Amino acid sequence: MNDRPINNRAWLFVLPVLVFVLFSSLLPMMTVVNYSFQDTMGQNNFFWNGIAWFQNLLDPSTDIGGRFGNALLRNLIFSLVVLFIEVPLGIAVAICIPRHGWKVGATLVMIALPLLIPWNVVGTIWQIFARADIGLLGAALTRMGIHYNDTQDPTSAWATIVVMDVWHWTGMVALLAYAGLKSIPDAFYQAARIDGAGRWSVFRNIELPKLQKVLVIAVLLRFMESFMIYTEPATVTGGGPGEATSFLSLDLVKIALGQVDLGNAAALSLVYNLITLSICWVFFTVMTQLDQRKDL
Amino acid sequence: MSLVLENVGLKSGADTIIDAVSLRFDRGTMNILLGPTLSGKTSLMRLMAGLDKPSSGHVSVHGKDVAKVPVRRRSVAMVYQQFVNYPSLTVYENIASPLRVAGVAKAEIETRVAEAARVLRLEPFLTRLPAQLSGGQQQRTAIARALVKRAELVLLDEPLANLDYKLREELRVELPRLFAESGSILVYATTEPSEALLLGGRTATLWQGGLTQFGDTATVYRQPGNIDSARVFSDPPLNELTVRKHGARAKLPDGRDVSAAWLAPDLPDGEWRLGFRVESAEVDAPDDAAASDASGGTSGRFNGTVAVTEISGSESFVHVDVGFATWVCLVLGVHDWTPGSKVSVRVDPRGVYVFDQAGARVAVAAPQRSAAYATTG
Amino acid sequence: MATITLDGIAHAYDGSPHGADLQDMRRYALKPINHVWQNGRAYALLGPSGCGKTTLLNIISGLVIPSDGRLLFDEQDVTRLPTERRNIAQVFQFPVIYDTMTVAENLAFPLRNRGVEKQAIARRVDEIAGLLDLRPVLNRRARGLTADAKQKISLGRGLVRADVSAVLFDEPLTVIDPALKWELRSKLKAVHQALDMLMIYVTHDQVEAMTFADQVVVMNDGRVLQIGTPADLFERPAHSFVGYFIGSPGMNFLPATIAGRTAHVGDVRFDLSASYPQTPNSAAVQLGFRPDYATVLDRSAGTGIPVTLRRIEDLGRRRLARVALGAYELVATLPPEVELSGDTALLQVAPGHLHVYVDDHRIEGQSVEGQPLEGQPA
Repeated sequence: MNDRPINNRAWLFVLPVLVFVLFSSLLPMMTVVNYSFQDTMGQNNFFWNGIAWFQNLLDPSTDIGGRFGNALLRNLIFSLVVLFIEVPLGIAVAICIPRHGWKVGATLVMIALPLLIPWNVVGTIWQIFARADIGLLGAALTRMGIHYNDTQDPTSAWATIVVMDVWHWTGMVALLAYAGLKSIPDAFYQAARIDGAGRWSVFRNIELPKLQKVLVIAVLLRFMESFMIYTEPATVTGGGPGEATSFLSLDLVKIALGQVDLGNAAALSLVYNLITLSICWVFFTVMTQLDQRKDL
Repeated sequence: MSLVLENVGLKSGADTIIDAVSLRFDRGTMNILLGPTLSGKTSLMRLMAGLDKPSSGHVSVHGKDVAKVPVRRRSVAMVYQQFVNYPSLTVYENIASPLRVAGVAKAEIETRVAEAARVLRLEPFLTRLPAQLSGGQQQRTAIARALVKRAELVLLDEPLANLDYKLREELRVELPRLFAESGSILVYATTEPSEALLLGGRTATLWQGGLTQFGDTATVYRQPGNIDSARVFSDPPLNELTVRKHGARAKLPDGRDVSAAWLAPDLPDGEWRLGFRVESAEVDAPDDAAASDASGGTSGRFNGTVAVTEISGSESFVHVDVGFATWVCLVLGVHDWTPGSKVSVRVDPRGVYVFDQAGARVAVAAPQRSAAYATTG
Repeated sequence: MATITLDGIAHAYDGSPHGADLQDMRRYALKPINHVWQNGRAYALLGPSGCGKTTLLNIISGLVIPSDGRLLFDEQDVTRLPTERRNIAQVFQFPVIYDTMTVAENLAFPLRNRGVEKQAIARRVDEIAGLLDLRPVLNRRARGLTADAKQKISLGRGLVRADVSAVLFDEPLTVIDPALKWELRSKLKAVHQALDMLMIYVTHDQVEAMTFADQVVVMNDGRVLQIGTPADLFERPAHSFVGYFIGSPGMNFLPATIAGRTAHVGDVRFDLSASYPQTPNSAAVQLGFRPDYATVLDRSAGTGIPVTLRRIEDLGRRRLARVALGAYELVATLPPEVELSGDTALLQVAPGHLHVYVDDHRIEGQSVEGQPLEGQPA
């Protein structure tokens, strides 16, 4: 209760975690850094290569540079599209969730269900679901006379992946937003009723401002996850048709494991990592700064 | 055994939270830390408990620096403003918890818990969980836990602040009795002067992280050493005015020049800050002499208009706008003055404290109660 | 603006069928009340937590539909009307402000929603801001302000509509720093003087209730015990709970037997100022008096009831003596000039301030000529 330790022995308890982090993240990371400055085919033969891999990567005229640029663009578009759909949709779903009674539990479980399915299973489900010959969705769309084929038509493939991601992750945004909404005291709704505010006004002036902090977290989580998406498109489209859904992570696996081009792959993964980190940082800083400036 | 603070200071970044406080609390005494919110009461208590380290100075119990004793081995009990109990334990187990930790024998635990439950009137609730109790019962549980521990140092941080006033009234009377027999050093933080007076003992007044006065509670109340101490120990707030005395006359803040007969006769000429509490200010019908005669105020009477009357149980406080300030006057019983009505404030010269420009109390002979100031009841 | 009538309003949270047997009162969080709230007056609902005062307030604001009775705003039955159509304003325990708006926009919000013309809004907002000293921060964002400023904005939003039937306050000073409560209490009082509105203020704090209200409604356990001016509650508490709850410390009570103009507590005799001929023997009869009207004197003073001194409390501006009369502990005032010697002292109570309670209800005595002093309360 009032026992707040101030002795240094507490650090001993942190030590195992530090060791764990060292082996799980830092050491592999250092290996990647090592690979990114050298040329190797394995067998412990290393040749110093300086920053050549990075130069290649950032030069669009090279093969690897071109691929990187295109994949990065696809990633950004995908993340933006997914955020623009999932965040508003998640808030809308959260507002519709009942606040009291047995319906709360039932609704929450249903919304959380997609989150509990392993990612590769999600991919498999949608791969079958979307098949134009036997898949429920694919066959139904084809029957209705809509041109749909996610393995041959890039638009279909994109639509499938976006819809799949929305199905998979909107629930998380909804749950976060629901938690945020629940924390708004009843007095605010009562006051709004007394002030004669309409439903839209309540959303605009009470719910949205109070959700702001939760939404920053939701957007960050969704951005990071969607920007690093791998499993689902790998299962559903395999990056195809052509390069249409080939995101950075898929490309990375192709280069590293398919072509055993470890130097390029290492450089790419480092740059990829840096981009994710810096976008998140910029995003977080801007959101919190805006937040503070509003108080003035 | 005693708790000694030597020039204890605490800084957080550039802010000074506690400024060179020196205090000495002895065994078996009730010590009150009185000060408004953010005056440093809680920070000081945390330093006494050894939860925080001072940036400068020493805190020692029994001559030993508390910072060097592990928290678990310190004999400290603390009660907070919030009701802090173990939510999964019954009231009985909550009270017994410090004894179980200390490995006290079972029979001994039973008698001590029963005793604490009896004095705090918790007997009917011993098998309940904290969530099933009212706020008052929860706080009494927390107090019982502190009591049963028989710690050398018991820190009570505004323990009654979140209770409703009737319960507060009753517990205020009970608390000092409860702990008096334990022989502990009691430290009790509060924002309320009336609470300090009721608890008695010794009071340290705190203002902006600094100690302004420490001494016997009634003495600190009646003989404040400086204006900060007087302000901290006044609720309703201290009535204040600045006068420039020259000979037999005194210039008021609004420029009027009045007779200085109501001021202490041995007060030298110069500019003085005066302060008096509500009980030294009486409301009366408007005084024609004070209003018409520019030399008015001979008996310390000031004409004004009623701003508002606050009724607090057995007392009524009339706020009167006297032109250069709004003063609060005491009327016993329940009385309501219509806002806007013309009244006069009679200041009892014996209750006026004189401070110099720096705020230090100036010792002056108390003036005689003038003939015009008659007792009204 | 309107007069609000409570016509047999009662409420059981388990939802009693309309017109159900009112005998089973234990189920009722709020027992039947008949009361008329007059236009332009300031009322307080005072009682400990769980006494039903918030339920009553919520019934008036429409957040709770009562299980029994009718609620009238002037002549209109609004019992089942939703909150937004009732034309009331409410200020809550915690400040409710619209984060994204400026202070001025917050104040204007209830008017804008009702389509009030722009210039009229600006005028009214300025007037209310002036009353509450909010003019300097009108263009600041509301959420960056301190708790007391925020609560002032909530107050302002409650007061901004001139056409409301009533303004309801639900413990509005709970989150305010004690040092600032003084100021806000005065402000509220001043606001009521300036604006001619029916205001109902719920609180458990006697100071807030008695300072704010012309009429205080004291409640306990779902029941209204007394409705009266602060002076009534202090001088003539109609119920022993009112005597205990109002005043610090509360009233002293002693079980007594009454015969005409004298009361006996054990062997001790108290003289009464009126005669009480027909107190039933079966009922619990108590003698009540306030510590403020009882004084403890030194035994050399001569007359008085001998008591044992337990302890003296020096409250700075007055002293109280806790004394024992037989098995009963009493509190009385110790006058400033009195010095007590020894453990025994004398207690004097002004006869006019002795009250007789039968089954917790105060009964009015008869003057010696046999004429009733005042109307006999039920």
